[in-house]
Amino acid sequence: MSQQIIFFILAAITLTSAVVVVTIRNLFHAALALMVSFLGVAGIYVLLEAPFLGMAQLLVYIGAISILIIFAIMMTRRLMQTNESPFNSQAVGALVGAALALVILFVVIIRLYPMAPGDGVGQSAMAVDPAILQSSVARMGRSFVSAEAYVLPFEVASVLLLAALVGSIVIAWPRRGEEDNQ
Amino acid sequence: MIPLSWYLLLSAALFCIGLYGVLARRNAIAILMGVELMLNAVNINLVAFWRYLTPDRSVGLVWATFVLTVAAAEAAVGLALVISVYRNRDSVIAEELDTLKN
Amino acid sequence: MDILDLLKSLLSLSLGDFIRRNFGTGPGTELLIDIGGVVILSTFCLLIVIFLIWLTRKIVARMQDRIGPNRVGGRYGLLQTVADVMKLLSKEVINPAGADWVAFNAAPLLIVMAALLMWAVMPFAPGVIGVNLNIGIFYILAISSASVMIILLAGWGSNNKYALLGAFRAVAQMVSYEVPMILALLVPIILASTMSTEGIIAAQTLPFILFAPVSALIFFISSLAETGRTPFDLLEAESEIVAGFHIEYSGMKFGMFFLAEFLNTLFMSGLVVTLYLGGYRFFGLENWVSADGYPYGRLIGLIAFFAKTFLLYFIYDWVRGTLPRVRVDQILNFNWKFLVPLSLALVFFVAIVDKLIPTGTNVVVRMTIHLLLNILIAAVALELLRRRGRQNRLAMSAGGGSGGVEAVAGHGGGHDDHGHDGPQPIEDVPDVLDTPLGVREPVAVPAH
Repeated sequence: MSQQIIFFILAAITLTSAVVVVTIRNLFHAALALMVSFLGVAGIYVLLEAPFLGMAQLLVYIGAISILIIFAIMMTRRLMQTNESPFNSQAVGALVGAALALVILFVVIIRLYPMAPGDGVGQSAMAVDPAILQSSVARMGRSFVSAEAYVLPFEVASVLLLAALVGSIVIAWPRRGEEDNQ
Repeated sequence: MIPLSWYLLLSAALFCIGLYGVLARRNAIAILMGVELMLNAVNINLVAFWRYLTPDRSVGLVWATFVLTVAAAEAAVGLALVISVYRNRDSVIAEELDTLKN
Repeated sequence: MDILDLLKSLLSLSLGDFIRRNFGTGPGTELLIDIGGVVILSTFCLLIVIFLIWLTRKIVARMQDRIGPNRVGGRYGLLQTVADVMKLLSKEVINPAGADWVAFNAAPLLIVMAALLMWAVMPFAPGVIGVNLNIGIFYILAISSASVMIILLAGWGSNNKYALLGAFRAVAQMVSYEVPMILALLVPIILASTMSTEGIIAAQTLPFILFAPVSALIFFISSLAETGRTPFDLLEAESEIVAGFHIEYSGMKFGMFFLAEFLNTLFMSGLVVTLYLGGYRFFGLENWVSADGYPYGRLIGLIAFFAKTFLLYFIYDWVRGTLPRVRVDQILNFNWKFLVPLSLALVFFVAIVDKLIPTGTNVVVRMTIHLLLNILIAAVALELLRRRGRQNRLAMSAGGGSGGVEAVAGHGGGHDDHGHDGPQPIEDVPDVLDTPLGVREPVAVPAH
């Protein structure tokens, strides 16, 4: 019961701030709402007994991505002074499309999984030994570096990060001769 | 005692809000924010399925971590692109970047 | 219920057990214990700051050949901080014109919240810990990375160029120093093979500072930068940017930032103690349980923990009273060109050596091997620094001082085309400021 209350609070925080992110005109406030939404999702992870992922969410999304977004907003601020609409010409179509996608997803989910809380599969979290959940981070770490599991995706991900690091520096670096208009 | 479907519905709602943001916003940075919301929705799904169906294996957590990694890389490159475009074109409005159209 | 039992429980820091003994072990009791624990822990943290501020003022005053607070509350000015808090509380709440109301008012609240949240995983004595997370260190890192965001919020929300400059400096500095800090933290995590704070203390039959002095030093330096204390107090830098990101804050809102700074410093001292000095360990006495079942050893553990923590806190103040502020390019050069490579090498070699030592080796032998490795790495690093310093001196005497910046930094790379990545955020600021976001216009701040 208390879990359900926490779930509803977290879901309300996440969804409300997500709606604010996509509708508000002031981009800085949109970024703040985005942070709140990330925080709500981190809470959902903790509720799902994956605290490692919740903390990684805080570290990566709030500690890094939000800061990047806010810096980008500050560097490109001139265009946000206009009072025109924050939406483009296809906003209505987008709203209809997103609502349609939402309805389809909802119908599919409700058809596939029971909605009522209970003891069946999918009705409540699978009962496992708390020790297994406690050691899930250790198992995840081992499977990242074990040759039978995910060592290849892991290495690919690290190469991707390196490429993104180098790539974004190269892209954002001002070219010679451009410095005077900066 | 939360049914799995609640998490899935939350994730679906978050995904569609993000989708709307991507499709409807003019500013490229706002579009990126929408993409981040969608990635978060995907991650909620991954973690929920992990907890409800395979809590004794690490597959769900592992892929959620990869999504997190890719999201970080995507944000860095995406925002670098936005800044670069802004330098060259003096605009971050996605609709106005239509040089290839004509 | 028995008064003697209550007193003994209080003295042995096991009030939770007392409640369980007398009121049963239902979910209601547990909830009561949890809420009580949260209230006691956060109140304690907030109150100890009153003492900390007085302590810092006294110490720094003595170092600067002054007396320090000496009027309010007797000869030693013990109540000076209480009077200061009264003054701050009675001041008018000011919102600067053109400030972003949400960001401006949320920042002081959030920064204290973040500072308090970290204490949840600090082990004060055996069994006396908010919550023993198995990802405790990771939790600390996650919360402290969020505080960067809060400072940016404060700086941007104030609609003031000094605040924004301070926030930019803070972000550049804190994000950079997070890297060597995390890498240095990995060393005790590797040695203890756990991320739980209690687990790390349990693994320290010998304190980890003997295993990894270089890691402890790197962690200490980067924690100075993370908390923004001298010599890394560029984010405040009274003489350059007035007060940094909290310039527009007055009254208790300013008090909140002040509070968070002191809380963070004490927390960092406690963290160094936990990770490298054995935490609450005191020759096994901390586990002493009396014949009638009260764990009085906890009290000894608590005293040991705070004795060590305040010793570390004194060192933080000592550094603050001794060293001058460094320049922003020096700060970033020192980080990226010295601390990060050094800590990377350290983690790499410690992991390999620790893997090579067979499990079950005598702890003294293991310690000696690690200590020798640390000395070797430190010697190599110092030798490289010496050579770089000599090259810079030669270049300076030959080239008329063009290498001056690098030579003062003493460790910087020789490539001048990278010399300007340090102060870049500062260069960007003037044109950020002339047109702020949205409908905000720069407005002259009314006189207070």
